This record gives sequence, structure tokens and C-alpha cells, in this order.
Amino acid sequence: MSGHHQMPALLLFGVFVAITLAITTWVSRDRHGSAEEFYAGGRLFSPMENGFAIAGDYMSAASFLGVTGLIALFGYDGILYVVGFLVAWLVVLFFVAELVRNCGRFTLADVVAARMSERRVRIAVGTSSVTVSVLYLVAQMVGAGSLVALLFGGTSTAARAWTVVVVGALMVIYVALGGMRATTWIQIVKAVLLLGGTVALTAALLVRFHGDVDALLRTAAGRSGHGDAFLAPGLKYGGDWTARIDFVSLGLALVLGTAGLPHILSRFYTVPTARAARRSVVWSVWLIGGFYLMTIALGFGAAAVVGPDAVRASNEAGNTAVPLLAQRLGGGADTTGGTVLFAMVAAIAFATILAVVAGITLAASAAVAHDLYPSLRRRGRKARSEVGVARAAAVGVGVVAIALGLLVRDLNVAFLVGLAFAVSASANLPVLVYTLFWRGFTTRGAVWAVYGGLVPALGLVLLSPVVSGSPGSLFPAVDFQYFPLQNPGLVSVPLGFLAGWLGTVTSSEGPDETKYAETEVRSLTGAGAV
Amino acid sequence: MRSNHDRSRGGGDGPESSVEKYQGCDPASTGAGAAGRAEYDDPWYDALASGWGELDGTGAPAPVVPSARREGEGADRVADVYLQVQRSAAFREVRSRYRRFVVPGLVIFFTWYVGYVVTAQAAPGLMERPVAGAVNVAMLAGLGQFLTTFLLTWAYARHARLRRDRAALDLRWDTQELTRPLRGGER
Repeated sequence: MSGHHQMPALLLFGVFVAITLAITTWVSRDRHGSAEEFYAGGRLFSPMENGFAIAGDYMSAASFLGVTGLIALFGYDGILYVVGFLVAWLVVLFFVAELVRNCGRFTLADVVAARMSERRVRIAVGTSSVTVSVLYLVAQMVGAGSLVALLFGGTSTAARAWTVVVVGALMVIYVALGGMRATTWIQIVKAVLLLGGTVALTAALLVRFHGDVDALLRTAAGRSGHGDAFLAPGLKYGGDWTARIDFVSLGLALVLGTAGLPHILSRFYTVPTARAARRSVVWSVWLIGGFYLMTIALGFGAAAVVGPDAVRASNEAGNTAVPLLAQRLGGGADTTGGTVLFAMVAAIAFATILAVVAGITLAASAAVAHDLYPSLRRRGRKARSEVGVARAAAVGVGVVAIALGLLVRDLNVAFLVGLAFAVSASANLPVLVYTLFWRGFTTRGAVWAVYGGLVPALGLVLLSPVVSGSPGSLFPAVDFQYFPLQNPGLVSVPLGFLAGWLGTVTSSEGPDETKYAETEVRSLTGAGAV
Repeated sequence: MRSNHDRSRGGGDGPESSVEKYQGCDPASTGAGAAGRAEYDDPWYDALASGWGELDGTGAPAPVVPSARREGEGADRVADVYLQVQRSAAFREVRSRYRRFVVPGLVIFFTWYVGYVVTAQAAPGLMERPVAGAVNVAMLAGLGQFLTTFLLTWAYARHARLRRDRAALDLRWDTQELTRPLRGGER
């Protein structure tokens, strides 16, 4: 791609940054610096606002660019991905949103610590929350780095490194200065921009095909060179049984992982009641579902209008499918319309990465300052103000994410996202489900459930073909590959549940009946909720 | 004294005043004095306004459940109050209404989703079968996943609004009434 697209895209992105920085200053003008403000935005958001913010948190650049590219190149297999991302919200809606809003204060550990001995549980859950957040964060940072290279043609290492640094610095500014309130507004602005851009592109696409979806699908299948196979599963994830089981594992991780993502959980504390939490999830299901339906159309549209060969020529993984489609729909590479639409899509993609990254950083800093710091602080040392620690933690998390983002910038983004979901599903979901629904659950069970999911999930990845033993892996030279699947979910999620059960039945102390009564009554009625 | 509790028991299912924002006025903390209680600042009342995705207001609300307060005499610790409420028929009713919806719901969508993914991986031939024009079984199944997700979301929101919200609100009020003297004005 030539360089003359660079200016309009950078200009639009600059406008977004300016607006969001203005929001950050505006919302923090009269803040009181309380933990309630910093972590939960004062719990004053309406369901609709929070619904948009959740959607903004969730619709990452991986879906916008990655999944559409996947559909453009491999057809139906991209849809399999999208379906998992959406169905996961039923788990959140049924089992998590209301109950977590009623039981917790700021973090996932609050929910678990309400009925367990506090210190060990906080350390365990805090550790897994930080791990999940950092994995997810690194995925987004790597994505930002490759995005700049893809969109601006500047494939130089320095350009990518600078993008990662700039994105990291901006996110630290948003989070450290504005806390949850600024982060939420950034998500809302971004969600509106992203949805608006997607609607505009989809409308333009449908106009081009005169509203005939059948013709769109046929053209896409025809141009793909695969014929009808393009419209059915198997092009990417077919093949040997290991690959197929790997996909089932990924599907499981996607559906169960969402409910344990710390930055999603913390969004339910920004509304006043459990009922508002439920209504925000209803909003976000409609928004996310609508968005994914449109990405499917855009993916097939890119295959039909641009053609898989042109997409692949621009980027092997298909990540530029949507920007290329926008360019064609606007009139072509050298027209004003094409340049403007291309710049718009590029700017939206950047805004998306920035917003998602800010949300995760906030969740990670909350886990550090609210769970880990008070539990690990040496006794006798003077306690610092929690919000101060949280701000410092946001800077620290930002620095770690920038460093890791620079270090692993060649790793596949989709794999990193899948891994974050798998760790979340194996380490966070079992402990959350047991805490809310199992009368006999004990402290030891909680600690075992967390580590019993976290350690296998990370360990299996170390032993998987991603790290060693195959040409595409991180260390192709050595071979300690003993686990065939790229995504550990299929094994590590059951292990997390099993470890929680095992820890509970082997613990010497019984469960605390009265605390469970309080948890259960609170979770379903909201009595005593903050 | 007209309390929150009495009002919500009052039967009418017309739209309650929609208090969207938490106004920093927890009914338990406004505590003494009927003046504070007559104001319905409890953010839980945002509830009965219907949101997007819970479109119809035709369904009648569920019959009220018995009060937990009647059975809740004689608790001397806050923890005991929660135990008592947990054992009360009212709470058990709310819990079973919740579970009766959520457990079958989980079974349905999880089986349907896992079945979909496994079929896509194990039997691509079946998924490839054409239905109409370019649309094949796989397309219909994928759209079906979207459809069931939307449908279950709507059904859950509706069920919770009509069958649980009012009873849960009453229970919340009862529980806070019971714990208030024991907390000694702490809350």
C-alpha cells in the first residue's frame, strides 16, 4: 500500500486521541480520588451507556480486522470463530452479570474473598487476573504494531516499535488520570465509531450488490477459487484430527473464557444495580451480535469485491481485508472516496486497539492494587492510598505490556487472544462458578481451582507446537513439544474444575455455612450490595 | 408508614418511577424517620422499566412470594439473618425460579453450541449440503446460533423481569430490615 493514505488516517486518529484526551480531562475535573471512582466510575453509568462500553471493550481489532480477514480468505471457518465470541455472552448473562454485581465491589477476587479466608484467595485470584490481562494486553499491543506496518506500508521495525510505545503511553495516561470514568467514555466513543463505520461499510456493500445476499455469497465463493466449499467449514480448520480437536478446544475456551475476563467483570460494577447490569448485557448482546453479523457480511464482501488473491497479496493473514474493501467501495485506490474510506477504517482500527487496551490496563491495575498489594504488603510498612497504588500499577502494567509487546511482536495475535481466553476459562471461571453455586466450596478448593487451571493452561502451551518443535513456533530450533494442541482449553478447563473439587473434598476445614448463606442471598437479591 | 416494601407488594404492575441513577441514598442508611423512607431513592426501582430487548409488557408479573420477615424472628447476629433468609420459603422460591430457567437454558445453548462446533469439525459433508441458492446447512446453523442467542437473551431478561425482580426486591428489603437493628446503624 502506498504512503499517501498515511496522512488522512493519522489525522483522523489524531482527532480521536484529542477527543478522548479531552474526555479524560473533563471527567476527571472534579473527581474525589476515591477507590469507588477510580475502579467503578462512581457506579453511575446507565445500562445503555454500560452496554455500549461493554461492546466497546469486547469488539477488538482482532474481530474487526482479523475475523473479517479470516472470512475473506477461508470463508465459513471465520464464522465459527464469531459464533463462539457471541454465544459466550449467554454464560455472562445467565450466571455472572447480576450475581457478580451483587456480590463484589471492584474485582473478581472480591466475589471469592467474600466467603473464603481472604489473603490466600486474593493472591491466587489476583495473580490469575493479572496473567489473563497481560496476555490479552500483549495480544492487542502486538496487533497495534502489525497494524501500523500493514496500513502504512512502513514495515520497518522502528515504526512498529514506536506504535507499541505510543499506544502504551496513551493508555497509561487515560487510565492513570481518568480511571474507570474516562475509560468507560473512551469505550463508548469507540463503540459508536466502530459500529457507525461498520454500518456504513455494510450499507455500501449491500448497495453494490443491490441487496442481494445470495449474489454476494455466490460471487465470494466464485472468486475464492474454492467454489461451494468456501461456504462450508473445513478450509482452515479441516485437515487432520489434531487440527479439528484444536478448534473444538478453542471454541470451548471462547465460550467459557469471556465470563472470566477481568476487564469484562469489572464493567458490571459501573452500574448501580444488578438489574442495570443485566440490562447492560442485553444491550451489549444486541450490539455485539449486530456487529458480528455485519463483519460476516464484510468478510464475504471482501472476498467478493477485492478477491482473496488481492487480500493475501496485501497481508498473508488477511488482516487488511476490511481496509481494502473500504477502498474499493469508495471508488478505488486513487480516488478521494477510496482514500477517505480507507483512512476512516484505519483510524477506527487504531481507536479500537487503544480503547480495548485501556480497559484491560484498568482491570489489571485494579487486580494489582486492590488484591495483590494489600495481601502481599509487608506488615508494618506504611499503607499507601489504594488509588495511588492503582495509578502506579497502571504505569507498571503499561511498561510490562510495552516491553512484552516489543519482545513477542512476531507471535500470532489470534493465538495470543485464544490463549488469554483459555487461561481465563480455566483459572477464573471454575472458582467463580463454585463460589456462587457450591455450598460446600472451601478456601483450599478456591486456591486449588485457580492454580489448577492456571498452571496447566500455561504449562500445556509451553509444551505445545506454538513454543517449540515446529517450523512456525517461537523456538523452532529446540523440541520439547509433548502436547499436540495449540489451545489448551479442552484439557485445562476440566482440570481447573477438577482441582477445585479435589481441593474442597480434601480440605480439613469445612465450608463456612453462614458466609455461603450471605453470598447466596446477596447474589440473588442484592441485599447488602454496595 | 408507607415503606418500599409495602409499595412493591401493592400489586399494580404499571411502570414504576424510573430511577436510573444511584442517588447515594440507600434505604437502609436513610434509616430513621419516615421522611427518608417515603422517598423512593432505591436504585433497585429502575428495574421495572423495560429495557431494550425486553420489549413486551404483556406478561403478567409472577405471583408474589411469601415474606421472609415472618419467618425471620429472633436472629441475633447478622450472619444468622442471612442463614434465616436463605432457609425461608420466599428465598427458596426466588432461587428455584432462577434455577428453573437458567439450568435448562444452559443445557440448551451449550449442547447446541458444542454440537454445532463438533459437527462442523466432524461432519463437514453434512454442513455443505445446499438448502436454497448459496445458502447451505452450515450457513443456517451459524445464523441459528445468532438467533438462539438473541432469543435466549430476550427470554432471560423477560423471565427475570416478570418472575424474579419483584420478589428479589422484597427479599432484599426484608433482609436489610432484619439486619439493620443488628448492625446498629452501621449501614
